[in-house]
Amino acid sequence: MIPELGHFALILAAVVALIQGVLPLAGTVRENLAWQALARPSAALQFGLVAVAFACLTSSFLANDFSVSYVAQHSNTLLPKPYQVAAVWGGHEGSLLLWVLLLALWSVSVALFSRSLPLAMVARVLSVLGLISTGFLAFILTTSNPFERLLPAAPEGRDLNPLLQDPGLVIHPPMLYMGYVGMSVAFAFAISALLSGRLDAAWARWSRPWTVIAWTFLTFGIGLGSWWAYYELGWGGWWFWDPVENASLMPWLVGTALIHSLMVTEKRGSFKAWTVLLAIAAFSLSLLGTFLVRSGVLTSVHAFASDPSRGIFILIFLALVVGSSLTLFAWRAPQVTLGGSMGLLSRESLLLSNSVILVVATAAVLLGTIYPLIIDALNLGKLSVGPPYFNLVFAPLMVPLLFIMIPGTVAHWREARLSDIVRELRVVGLLALALALLLPFAMGAWSLGVVLGLFLGLWIALGTLQQVLFRVRKPGRIGASFWGMHLAHFGMAVLVIGITGVKSYEVERDVRMGLGEQVTIAPYSFKLVGLQEVKGPNYNAVRGEFDVFKDGQFLEKMYPEKRRYFSSAMPMTEAAIDSGFMRDLYVSLGESLGGTPAQWSVRVYYKPFVPWLWAGVLLMVAGGLLAALDRRYRRAVNKAAQPA
Amino acid sequence: MTPRQKRFSLIIGGIVVLALAAGFVLNAFQSNLVFFFTPTQVAQGEAPKNKVFRVGGMVKEGSVKRDQTVIEFVVTDTARDIPVRYSGLLPDLFKEGKGVVAQGRLDEQGLFVASEVLAKHDENYMPPEAQHALDKATAAKAGQTVKP
Repeated sequence: MIPELGHFALILAAVVALIQGVLPLAGTVRENLAWQALARPSAALQFGLVAVAFACLTSSFLANDFSVSYVAQHSNTLLPKPYQVAAVWGGHEGSLLLWVLLLALWSVSVALFSRSLPLAMVARVLSVLGLISTGFLAFILTTSNPFERLLPAAPEGRDLNPLLQDPGLVIHPPMLYMGYVGMSVAFAFAISALLSGRLDAAWARWSRPWTVIAWTFLTFGIGLGSWWAYYELGWGGWWFWDPVENASLMPWLVGTALIHSLMVTEKRGSFKAWTVLLAIAAFSLSLLGTFLVRSGVLTSVHAFASDPSRGIFILIFLALVVGSSLTLFAWRAPQVTLGGSMGLLSRESLLLSNSVILVVATAAVLLGTIYPLIIDALNLGKLSVGPPYFNLVFAPLMVPLLFIMIPGTVAHWREARLSDIVRELRVVGLLALALALLLPFAMGAWSLGVVLGLFLGLWIALGTLQQVLFRVRKPGRIGASFWGMHLAHFGMAVLVIGITGVKSYEVERDVRMGLGEQVTIAPYSFKLVGLQEVKGPNYNAVRGEFDVFKDGQFLEKMYPEKRRYFSSAMPMTEAAIDSGFMRDLYVSLGESLGGTPAQWSVRVYYKPFVPWLWAGVLLMVAGGLLAALDRRYRRAVNKAAQPA
Repeated sequence: MTPRQKRFSLIIGGIVVLALAAGFVLNAFQSNLVFFFTPTQVAQGEAPKNKVFRVGGMVKEGSVKRDQTVIEFVVTDTARDIPVRYSGLLPDLFKEGKGVVAQGRLDEQGLFVASEVLAKHDENYMPPEAQHALDKATAAKAGQTVKP
């Protein structure tokens, strides 16, 4: 009964979404205020209906209702309760339902927090969101219904993929999706502005906080995914240039360009057409990401579906979105006025460089990600693009980007003088350079790469600190967005230093170990002192016991596990990680090599600066939240809303 | 400079930078493409001699030999075999009779020295490349029986 209720709610939601997508928009064309006023209540109703559907699916999971095919495939009576909830989005159908739920949540938030926006604008934005939602609901109902019954019911479920049974994975998809879906709000604002023909500073101001929040979620989601891969996949990597990672990185790169470009549009009225294009691109790349991840065209842990009709549906939807929004753009763009003039060296020109570099980087990642798919689709052979390509291309692009971050925040609008910038930043620059040259001697080997990475990180960190100090000394209230920006920039500095450190100084040893044997990565040594069988709720495991010594002194014990889940023959590696401020120690069990006494292949890694990666991401997230919550936006919205 | 000249130099500068970036990206791209070959293709000498490529198929039953952390095994597409050597830790799902994709290069003796054996995330999952290799070999065999 409950699954049918959920299915019914979903069908109703699709109808409401269609109403939300068509009537308010038609209302703006026909200047029918009653139709426009439908936007808010229909967004709320749609959210309510999708939430009911989602709750129904969740309750089917918690009730172990294996007569629902989706539940039978992704859950199990032995699965711990929190993972039964997480299993709701552990597969293709449920994760799409989560997508739509979050889209409805964003829509209803826009409806709630836009009281001061002109009604026509709200009607357009919610209509665009409604149309997107209609597309996705139609997709779920026609190809991926999570409520489909299985007759006769399965006696027991197949269990959630053991890789996904992890706290990090409980929150990673919702966060990432909040980011993906949030880009649809930026997109909806851009499309609405194009439709109204009023592409002005007010539009940018309305759009900014939403875009920043979406970017913040996306940052957090990507960070969580990376963290999960690091500790769960058991081989200590945190970024693989896997197509799925690229799929989330591309909207992030364009989203980053977008939040900076929106600032120029708001403050100076320029870059309007460019900003709109970035908003369209960010959302299109989010859709492309969904397509890549969910269509099964990729070889990946994320590729659930391999039903070609699903891939084709998303591809057609993507083509419709990109095609119609670019057509609209081409139609409206000639009416877009140019903003204020900008000097060759000015904050505008530096922010434009930021945009261009980020877009080039996105294009490079896109090329490497989809080229193999296109070649395969055309039957021209099978090939792959390796991580060396991405590293080779990405690093040189990031160097100038990171370098101009600081001049970009110092330079004046309109026209900046090089001499002013040099005067303001020379102390910081020299200090960063000196530290970057000297610090590697204390850290280990000296190399040009380390110096460059450290210099960029220190340059951003010190430049940011200097500006905060200057600002604090001046009188006047400091807005939250000021703190947000500098906090996020500082987070980037921490991330850059972290990446430099871990790439340059990590030590990885794959060894064969028996009981009582020891492996040393100076100053740490790891001794295998025990191997026990342990039982979990839905798995058996072999647990290794390691004594860790630092300079011969006992430091701690570490317990990596090799698990075997009942429901599948699939072994799982649970790494043991000890995090410090400056380093992680990482031990994971490979496989039993037999023999008496038992021999195991073991990974023992020394990973310096890994905690800095996560700290950098968290600082960026905190910065994004602060910036989005600035009171300025609420005030500005009130001002803009007054009738002219 | 007049605003017109300024805009002009800005645009030219932008185009030069973009062209450089594009050239650089395409160059890096060209040299980092890793092609995939089936064991049959490798046996017929279609695979490059001094370039990294991927080979995929099934791990032949009874072919896995270990010496310390060096592992030797045979990848087969049921028609032809190719011996592979790999030193390092294997992914959790590496098993005889299961699909595998290895990346590396051929040495003079025709041994495939792998630098990477690709991990899979699901026991029932077959890497598309490996599946492709098996399908191709099956199709080739079927072709032979039809045409005597």
